[in-house]
Amino acid sequence: MGRTLYEKIWAAHEVACGPGGRSLLYVDRHLIHDGSFHAFEALSHAGRKLRRPDLCLATPDHYVPTRDRLNIPDPQVRGKMESLLANASAGGIRHFSMDDARQGIVHVVGPEQGFTQPGVTLVCGDSHTSTHGAFGAIAFGIGASEVAQVLATQTLWARRAKTLRINVSGTLAPGIASKDLILAIIARIGAAGGAGHALEYAGSAIRALSMEARLTICNMSIEAGARCGMIAPDDTTYAYLAGRPFAPAGADWDRALSRWRELPTDADARFDREVDLEAGAIAPMVTWGTSPEDALAVSALVPEGKPDALKYMGLEPGQRLEGLAMDRVFIGSCTNSRLEDLRVVAAVVKGRKAVIPSMVVPGSGLVKKAAEAEGLDKVFREAGLEWLEPGCSMCVGMNGDLVDAGKRCASTSNRNFEGRQGKGARTHLMSPAMAAAAAVTGCITDVRKLLAP
Amino acid sequence: MEPFTRLEAVAAPLDIANVDTDRIIPARFLRLPRSAGYHNYLFHDLREAGGFVLDDPAYRSAKILVAAENFGCGSSREGAVWALAGAGLRAWIAPSFGDIFFENSFKNGALPVILPAPRVRQIRQLLAARPGTKLVIDLAAQTVALPEGSLEHFEVDPFRKECLLKGWDEIDLTLQHEAAIAAYEARQRSETPWLAKP
Repeated sequence: MGRTLYEKIWAAHEVACGPGGRSLLYVDRHLIHDGSFHAFEALSHAGRKLRRPDLCLATPDHYVPTRDRLNIPDPQVRGKMESLLANASAGGIRHFSMDDARQGIVHVVGPEQGFTQPGVTLVCGDSHTSTHGAFGAIAFGIGASEVAQVLATQTLWARRAKTLRINVSGTLAPGIASKDLILAIIARIGAAGGAGHALEYAGSAIRALSMEARLTICNMSIEAGARCGMIAPDDTTYAYLAGRPFAPAGADWDRALSRWRELPTDADARFDREVDLEAGAIAPMVTWGTSPEDALAVSALVPEGKPDALKYMGLEPGQRLEGLAMDRVFIGSCTNSRLEDLRVVAAVVKGRKAVIPSMVVPGSGLVKKAAEAEGLDKVFREAGLEWLEPGCSMCVGMNGDLVDAGKRCASTSNRNFEGRQGKGARTHLMSPAMAAAAAVTGCITDVRKLLAP
Repeated sequence: MEPFTRLEAVAAPLDIANVDTDRIIPARFLRLPRSAGYHNYLFHDLREAGGFVLDDPAYRSAKILVAAENFGCGSSREGAVWALAGAGLRAWIAPSFGDIFFENSFKNGALPVILPAPRVRQIRQLLAARPGTKLVIDLAAQTVALPEGSLEHFEVDPFRKECLLKGWDEIDLTLQHEAAIAAYEARQRSETPWLAKP
C-alpha cells in the first residue's frame, strides 16, 4: 500500500523506536524566538550543551516593539531581546536581531529565507509552527521542555499522528482568500476536529494557491486542533524556494528536487479520515465567538448556543454580522502579514480613508522593504493606516500592542480567544481584504461590495 | 522530576469547553521570570470575575482538575502547565486536550487523563454537588477511583507512563541513543548534505 506525505517524512526521520509506538525523531530545522528563554534556562541549569546550533535560526518576534525600537521602556521586554541575543551568541546560533532587515515573525522568516524546505522536520516553541507544513514538511509547535530537548539532542520522542486529508475541490470565487477557506474548514471540523491528527490539504483549490496563501492555510491547522498540517510540494513550492538564501543550490538543488518529487502522497495511500469541501461555496468568513470554529459567512446571523461566548463578545443571537461596528483593525501576524496580504489590503484601501484606528504590521523586515519598494506604505499612509515594524504585535499583545477591554478588533490573526488581544478584547477574525474593508467602513463589510466594478 | 504514582486528592470541576492556554495564564504574564510564580496568575482573568472554583475554600487543596472538551488548546506555552503545577495541581481529567498542552503536562510530572465525555460530565456534576470530594488516580493501574466506589480505566502511552512513574528526565533517556543519533547525522551528511549544512 502507498504512503502519505506525512508517513514518508516520518519514516525518513526515525532515529530509534521506543516503547508504546514512540519514535525518536530527528529534527532538521529549529526556529527560536524571544519567548524561548525558558528552554535555555533549563539547559544551563542542567549543564547541557547545544548539539546542533547550526540547524537553528533565531529572531525576536513575540516581544518586539512595532514602534520605537531604540527606546524600549519596559525592562522585561528589553530583557527578552537581550537574553535571546545572549543565548544565540553563546550557543553559536545564527540570529537576526531587530536592526537586521531579515528579522521578523519566525513563521514568515523561515519560509522567506528558504530555511523551511520540503521533506524536513521543523519545530519551534510556538504552536503556529504548523505554518511550515505548506512546503510539504512535518512542522509542529513544541513546549519549552521540548525546545530544551531538541537543543540538547536534536531529537524528539513523538508518536505518529493519525492522518486526516481535507480535499478542497473547485475554485475559490473572486475576493475569497485562503483565510476564508481555512476558517471555513475549521468551522466545519471544529476546534478539536483535527486533534491527534496530521492534516493534509489537497484538491484543486489547494493546488491553485500561491505559497503565501498555502502558509495561511497550514498556519491555522492548530486552530483545528492539529499540531501539524501540510500540503504536498509541487512546482509552486520549488519556484518559490529557488534562489533563497538557505535553499540548496547547484548540484544540491538537483538532488534535492528529485527527492522532493518523491514526497507527495501515493495514489493508493489511505488516510484515517477524509473530509471534502467545495471551494466555490465559500463566502468571506468572519468569526463571531471566542473560538476559531465560531466562523460564519459575512452574510450570516449570530447563532444561538454558546451563551458565554456571546456574552463575552457582547452579541445577541439573530444579530447581523455585516454592519457590526468595529473599534480598530489589526492587519498582521504569522497568518496574514506577507507581501500578497499587504497588496490585497492596499487594493482595498487605495483612494479610501480609514475611519477607525488601523495598524499594518509586516511579517518581516524583508516584507516591509518589498512592500515599500512597491509603494504600498504610501497607499497605507494616505489611507490613514499605521505602517509599523515587523513582529507578532497585536495578535498576542505580548509587546504591549493591545486592544482595550470591550473594544472590537477586526483582525487578520489566528485566535479570537477571550483575552487574547487584551483583557476583555473582542476579536473578529477575517481575511486581510475583509479587515481592510472594515478599516474604511468602520464595520464588518463584505469586501466584494467595495471591489465591485 | 517528581515521580507520579498514586494521587488521592480533592478534585475541582471546571465546566468550560475549549479552555485555551491564554485563559489558563494570560500571555501578558509570561514575560515575568518563572521565579515570579506563574501560579499567582493561574486563570487570572476568569478569577477576577469572582466565584472561580479554585477560590472556593472547599476546593482550595485540589490537586486534580476535572475539565471539559479540548482543555489546554491554543498556544504551545508551557507556562500554562507551570501555572497549574505551581498551584499544586498534578492531574487533569478531560474528554480531550490540546495536543501540545497534553505533551507539556508529562514533561512536568503531571498526568492528563482522558475519559469519555459523558463520564467526565458526571464526575464534574458529582464534584460540584459534593465540594471537597476526593478522587484517587492510580497511574500503575491506570484507574480513577470515585468515592461511590466505581473505577474508571484510562489509557496512557506506555512510554509516558514509565517516565512519570519513575520520574525520568527525557533528555537523559534520549542521550542513551547517542550512537543512533550520530549515525543518523552521518547518513544525513552524505545523503542530503544541504540539510546538514543550512
